[in-house]
Amino acid sequence: MDPALNPFDYFTVPFGQWSEASLNWVVGHSRSTLISAKAPVQTFLEIVQGGLESIPPTIGILGAALFGWLLSGWRLAATGFVCLTLIGLMGAWEAAMTTLSIVFAAVTLCVIIGLPIGVLAARSDAFFRILRPILDLMQTIPSFVYLVPVVMLFGIGDTPGVIVTVFFAIIPLIRLTNLGIREVREDLVEAARAFGAGPTRVLFSVQIPLARPTILAGLNQTVLLSLSMAVVASMISVAGLGRIVLEGIGRLDFGSATVGGIGIVLTAITVDRYVQALGAARRRDKVGG
Amino acid sequence: MQGLYKYGADPNQMTPEADGQSAIECRNLWKIFGDRAQEALIAAKAGEVDKDAALEQFGCVIGVADASFTVAQGEIFCIMGLSGSGKSTIIRHVNRLIEPTDGQVHVEGRDVMGLNPKELRELRARTIGMVFQHMALWPHKTISENVAFGLEVQKVAKAARQTAADDALQRVGLGGWGDRYPDQLSGGMQQRVGLARALAADPDILLMDEPFSALDPLIRNDLQDEFLTLSRDLKKTTLFITHDLDEAMKMGNRIAIMKDGKIDQTGTPEAIVLRPETDYVARFVSSISTLKYISASEIATSGDVATDAPVAGPDTPLPALIEMLNGDVAHIAIRDGDTLIGRVGAAEVLGTVSRDLGRR
Repeated sequence: MDPALNPFDYFTVPFGQWSEASLNWVVGHSRSTLISAKAPVQTFLEIVQGGLESIPPTIGILGAALFGWLLSGWRLAATGFVCLTLIGLMGAWEAAMTTLSIVFAAVTLCVIIGLPIGVLAARSDAFFRILRPILDLMQTIPSFVYLVPVVMLFGIGDTPGVIVTVFFAIIPLIRLTNLGIREVREDLVEAARAFGAGPTRVLFSVQIPLARPTILAGLNQTVLLSLSMAVVASMISVAGLGRIVLEGIGRLDFGSATVGGIGIVLTAITVDRYVQALGAARRRDKVGG
Repeated sequence: MQGLYKYGADPNQMTPEADGQSAIECRNLWKIFGDRAQEALIAAKAGEVDKDAALEQFGCVIGVADASFTVAQGEIFCIMGLSGSGKSTIIRHVNRLIEPTDGQVHVEGRDVMGLNPKELRELRARTIGMVFQHMALWPHKTISENVAFGLEVQKVAKAARQTAADDALQRVGLGGWGDRYPDQLSGGMQQRVGLARALAADPDILLMDEPFSALDPLIRNDLQDEFLTLSRDLKKTTLFITHDLDEAMKMGNRIAIMKDGKIDQTGTPEAIVLRPETDYVARFVSSISTLKYISASEIATSGDVATDAPVAGPDTPLPALIEMLNGDVAHIAIRDGDTLIGRVGAAEVLGTVSRDLGRR
């Protein structure tokens, strides 16, 4: 074809090589930084994992049911009991606990990092202007694309799995924290200032409590995205339910893939119901009084 | 009736010149919103641009233009204007919720612009209480917590602020409602809570930003009366914003009328109604009957006075004169001490009524 009509046959930019080179440069020059950044995540994950995996299934199921009953009532208790029991019966208990620990570690990190970023974005228009295209971009990228740079930077295994999950799942929390705080009625903030509250006071006494329903909606999304990412991350050798599915597919073992898949669904239902109940319970004792 | 004698008694006693002490003083206050506020300020001060031109040339909105006023200790000072006239912007300068573009604000002799953040927070929490148009109660806090917030911010011990909150709620007639949440209360009750919140720290100054305008007319009337009673008991200096002239006339010892960010006229309700200084003010007050504000000295005519005629002072308001004219009395002698000023009879009263009707 004529070069004028399709110049790309004759000329392309070696973008792939450039990005590889720059990634290599980052890896080569900041290995120690990356390792030290990874260390606390690893320690935290090991603690969570150790905790969850040491719980005998019977105790775990009964404890979850009791917690559910206290949190919202018999319906949640029954959901927790049935889902966890089914997971156990399918022989996926340990894998489910591994996935749950990765999700828990990732969500905790998301809250620690995402909340302050969301708050900052709500308070500074300039910061939000910079942040918003980054968030848009991060949300457009398919989940498994995150895996490549994370493997290059942090290697494979459960800890990089947590890191990649944080990157993927943190976005709704930042967005909805920002939105929730911006949505707080202006006169309620002004009233707090008029009675002598400083910025920190306004934030913790008025803005965050009033933004809580929105922030919790963001948290709920973050939890569910974490779960889906923890499964996708099995491609970088992360253990848990995702690995069962992946191995099943690889060996054309339909049974094993089904066990993993249903396990994921059951875990997701349990986690979603509990997180939602957590938000609703807080709202109830707020209005109760 | 209480509205009538409030200022009827001694209207000039409340002016700052007579009192000597001012609680709030704003001098040459300017607030211009927009990125090029400083340029617009210079042009506006030089008289080169008005409100519309400032918007066109600099993209700036002139909120307050060269406003000066003084509120005396214990006075209720109303700022009246239509929406967009800058009245809500002015009131927010007193506790510096808004930074002025130019000009000075003094509260109890202290330069508000010179306070550091901590001093400013203290001023807001202790010296000034504010009531908002839409109540602005925090829905996630109980009524008590709402009322005690200013004290909580100032780290007052829990027991002490509970007592203060209970007292304040008692005062506005909501004793025992402290454990409820705002959404469990009606609009009128919510604004009582707003008032209690402003009173809880026992501040010297109240800023009231259209506090009753979101309420039903009957409840508004009740709250106005209650506030006047409360205000007489507590003697708090009050800066009261309203877009309702009747409310301004009822509440204010003095009234400032604002238009396009400027104060058109400041004066007692009588002065505003009887002697409007600009066309705008005249148009505004034309809907108000002057009859309540006219006093004996203004309508008395010279003439013979019967020896048995009842006597009234020169400041006696017209309604009181009409009451005295009931029955067999032909006219009233108006005397200032021993000096005879004139007489008021049916003819004078009817002439006044006819002139008042003719205004509209």
